[in-house]
Amino acid sequence: MSDYKPKIIVFCCNWCSYAGADLAGVSRLQMNPNFRIIRTMCSGRIEPEFILTAFKKGVDGILLTGCHPGDCHYISGNYKALRRYNALKLLLKEMGIDDRRLKLEWISAGEGARFQEVINNFIKTITELGPIV
Amino acid sequence: MNISNRKVGAVLVIGGGIGGVQASLDLADSGFKVYLLEKTPSIGGVMAQLDKTFPTNDCSMCILAPKLVSAGRHPNIELITYAELVGIQGGPGDFSVQILKRSPFVDWEKCNGCGVCWEKCPIMVDSDFECGLGKRKAIYVPFPQAVPNKAVIDKEHCTYFVKGGKCRVCQILCPAKAVDFNIPDKQIDIKVGSIIIGTGLKTFDPHLKSIFGYGKYANVIKSIELERILNASGPFQGHLVRPSDRKEPHRVAFIQCVGSRDVKAGNNYCSSVCCVYAIKEAILMKEHNRSLDCTIFYMDMRTFGKGFESYYKRAKEKYGIKFKRAMIGEILELAENRNLLLKYEDEDGNLKREKFDLVVLSVGLKPDENVKNLAEILNLDLSEFGFIKSIHFSPVETIRPGIFVCGTASAPKDIPETVTEASASAQKAIELIKEERHKLTRKIEYPGEVDFSGQQPRIGVFVCHCGINIAGTVKVMEVVEYAKTLPNVVYAENNLYSCSDDSQQHIKEMIEKHKLNRVVVAACTPRTHEPLFQETIREKGLNKFLLEFTNIRDQCSWVHSHQPDLATEKAKDLVRMACARANHLEPLPTITIPVTQSGLVIGGGISGMNAALGLANQGYKVYLVEEKEELGGNARHINRTIDGRNVKEYLQSLIKNVQTHPNIKVYKNSKLESVSGYIGNFRTRIKIQGEETKKNELVEIEHGVIIVATGAQEYKPTEYLYGKDSRIITQRELEEKIFSHPTMESFNDKTIVMIQCVGSRDNERKYCSRICCSQAIKNALLIKQKDPDAEVFIFYKDIRTYGINEIFYQKARDTGVIFVRYDDDAKPEIFGRNGALFIKTKEPILNEEIELPVDFVVLSTGLIPDKSNREIAQLLKVPLNEDGFFLEAHMKLRPVDFATDGIFICGMAHSPKTIDESIAQAQAASARAGIILSKDTIEVLPIVAEVDTEKCIGCGICEKLCAYQAHELKKTEKGYRSEVISAYCKGCGSCAASCPQMAINMKHFTNEQIMAMVEAI
Repeated sequence: MSDYKPKIIVFCCNWCSYAGADLAGVSRLQMNPNFRIIRTMCSGRIEPEFILTAFKKGVDGILLTGCHPGDCHYISGNYKALRRYNALKLLLKEMGIDDRRLKLEWISAGEGARFQEVINNFIKTITELGPIV
Repeated sequence: MNISNRKVGAVLVIGGGIGGVQASLDLADSGFKVYLLEKTPSIGGVMAQLDKTFPTNDCSMCILAPKLVSAGRHPNIELITYAELVGIQGGPGDFSVQILKRSPFVDWEKCNGCGVCWEKCPIMVDSDFECGLGKRKAIYVPFPQAVPNKAVIDKEHCTYFVKGGKCRVCQILCPAKAVDFNIPDKQIDIKVGSIIIGTGLKTFDPHLKSIFGYGKYANVIKSIELERILNASGPFQGHLVRPSDRKEPHRVAFIQCVGSRDVKAGNNYCSSVCCVYAIKEAILMKEHNRSLDCTIFYMDMRTFGKGFESYYKRAKEKYGIKFKRAMIGEILELAENRNLLLKYEDEDGNLKREKFDLVVLSVGLKPDENVKNLAEILNLDLSEFGFIKSIHFSPVETIRPGIFVCGTASAPKDIPETVTEASASAQKAIELIKEERHKLTRKIEYPGEVDFSGQQPRIGVFVCHCGINIAGTVKVMEVVEYAKTLPNVVYAENNLYSCSDDSQQHIKEMIEKHKLNRVVVAACTPRTHEPLFQETIREKGLNKFLLEFTNIRDQCSWVHSHQPDLATEKAKDLVRMACARANHLEPLPTITIPVTQSGLVIGGGISGMNAALGLANQGYKVYLVEEKEELGGNARHINRTIDGRNVKEYLQSLIKNVQTHPNIKVYKNSKLESVSGYIGNFRTRIKIQGEETKKNELVEIEHGVIIVATGAQEYKPTEYLYGKDSRIITQRELEEKIFSHPTMESFNDKTIVMIQCVGSRDNERKYCSRICCSQAIKNALLIKQKDPDAEVFIFYKDIRTYGINEIFYQKARDTGVIFVRYDDDAKPEIFGRNGALFIKTKEPILNEEIELPVDFVVLSTGLIPDKSNREIAQLLKVPLNEDGFFLEAHMKLRPVDFATDGIFICGMAHSPKTIDESIAQAQAASARAGIILSKDTIEVLPIVAEVDTEKCIGCGICEKLCAYQAHELKKTEKGYRSEVISAYCKGCGSCAASCPQMAINMKHFTNEQIMAMVEAI
């Protein structure tokens, strides 16, 4: 399994976590390259359809990231993401997909190091879980 | 002198470095005509020569180039480069100036910078831009990203001029027929209302310090030369090699304070930036070669700015850079290998010798030589060190009304301080001629947008090298070749710097040539660079939303720098995803909204009041909210500045100006209750506590901008028995003692011990509070002045009297103040015995513990973020940094903006700073905020929700969910349907994600676009 390179999507919101990812870059914090970022304006934009389709297409793990509670640029988009995330976790279990493949994390624009840590930990989890199919 | 009241709505900015460019952009965006005068052929200044900038190690050219491009293409900025000021008449508001434009011997109307001339020119000349390490031709542009990108002939070296009419290769080969040896110098006469000087710096000439052997030993270089060596487009293509044999060095020494803090060299002051740039250069060298051994020899490590202390820590702990406190005796070159032998005295007084194979001299900053000449023409005062003097408590105003100064022309400064002062000088220049706003400017006219509807996408892909930032890790050419294979991609290419002016021009040409209707840029982060490319494609008739930007630097090459193959693979995936999305991009029409022309300033200290005055003096209504019952903030506890200026008097007149200004409404005892709205249209509720009734009153105001100026607080120490003995006080309490008790007991024959870094630079608060060293020295000098027989000891880690304040450190030592250094692991201890106070400390020369009876212990306590910061950050949705201070949009080039449009920051809410620095930042914030208020309407992002009324069933979930009341259920003939109020919609997309009917889509983040990316992974 050492050659296994999981396919991972990281959804970042424009204001906090995407900026946090940039800060990790500016700080040259090295991390596992097996993830691809998709930027939306807010974590509240993420539709269940995106996630289910991604899993269907063979993506091994999906990380949702947004602003910390209270920090959302759009007041409460992150709470909406959280509600949807909790519902999705249940749905994934029903569908027989290990719900550890979907994770939600709060990362602020000032948390480059946290971005690195979250990414590396998530990729580690997914690598241990192995391919989705 | 002029006798009429006529004023001119134009400003002359002298100096095209980052300061001059920022001032020009702020002025032009605010509705004034700008003439930007630069003596060299291109704007850009010293920042263009730097490889990276501290403390983020941002690529200097990458953040500068977009600014240069913006200045170069701005319809209201006229660049006058290769020219200088020769005369001036008139007075403030109405100056006539004469400018001499040197002949470039190339007709710039015709030249398009194609480069044929300098490719073919046979004459090689040392390049100034490359500090003489590289060559240029006798016809040249100073550097590849030059603005304007026009050739100049160097008459000193050109064969035509040297040998009388020979050669003419450039003239014969120029496709544009632009070379003309007969173009004369010409005089340009212009009229302006105000003048800003931003002439910048030159570095100290290390030839003057012969002990270091610069110029004699090939491997002794100066720091600016190292910037070029490290740079990917520099003389060695970014390979870290030493000049003598072009081999990689293994042991490198940096020597600090070369030409700074040096009485013999005539530069008594500290150059402020060298410590941090040396750390930066050392880190960059280590990134080139991890096994490199790097030592920085210094006197005091002055990492006093925002984020600098943790940068210093990182250099030590993560990069293993060695820091040695030492005095360098001399440097000798070893004949056998041209290595260098450093002789120095370490902190314990031991003489040491160490060999290095490269020595970097951290040369200090001096004012540009042009300043002397300018001062004569403009009748300005220069300080003893040749910097332009400003007037008291107005750091950007010179003694001559109507003439302002910014950046290193007035003192050594770093880039963000220069940018801040640039905006501040724009503010002052505007105040003088505010009535003339929009009188001499014209609007940007874009060509009509081309309608591509129904056409197959034709995608062009541009992959940026970003010097070596991307190309050092990602195989850019492979990515380009891969992009060419993707569906609908009709063109792909690589650029050294996609953001530079020449690349931007080239992209426009390719759009036309290949009939592109979608553009994908794979480069740095869209957060900083997307607007530039959007504007570029708009100029070719493409709607700006037909651009897709993917980040292969910050989120790829920089974070996977040791895995080039995987990083390349990732870059390809990202380009594939970007192209997949580009296929679904749609043009969006612009949405314009009105602007409420008033501002809210939060905080009534020196910063808040200056910010309020700035907006008010521009003619806008301002609401100033102060939590306490009095205006004044921290300055109420300060009597004098270190150079003896009276703060109390200044504060009184400032408060009076604010309270009597017809445009300012002050709310004291007040707090923000709620803030809603967006740029141009905020609505805020203020809770006012009635002074007598103690009852709260609520008022609601409408305003277009917000300036945060909440300040900082003095740290109340728990260390050193503070609060347990009345003889243990803080610096602030000492200052109040000195000034409020004219008859107080004498300090004569008393022993006063000051301890620095109390509550700063420790585990809990890692940052340096910047002002405490100067504050301690100020108070020590005041005591010595009053009572010369007082004994004052200052215990310190590093003395950080940066800039001109260094002379007061020197004065304190001359006056007999004793400075004792301590380390973190051997902090002094304070204890009481039999009613007496003692300090226990390690005596460095005897190297043993000693006890000393003392009469007063004064703690130099740091500054901590204001307690209201968190609450205000949440109300405004703006970020704080890890220390709890507000985090600006960009540490280097947007020091007073938040990432959220319409909200600005100044003063100690940003980080600890001096009164003058706070004033400059406040003025800068008002200049930046004023740009928005200068417009009747502004364009907002058309990234808004859209309802498909066929699918909508009127359930109302979106209406309940929307945090901005942007959805409204309207009765139609088919029943209720949701309708989006675009001006309220902020584009989060929560409604789209929640609609059970999938009837809502988010423009520019549509389901199709996001799904295309998901499916392309």
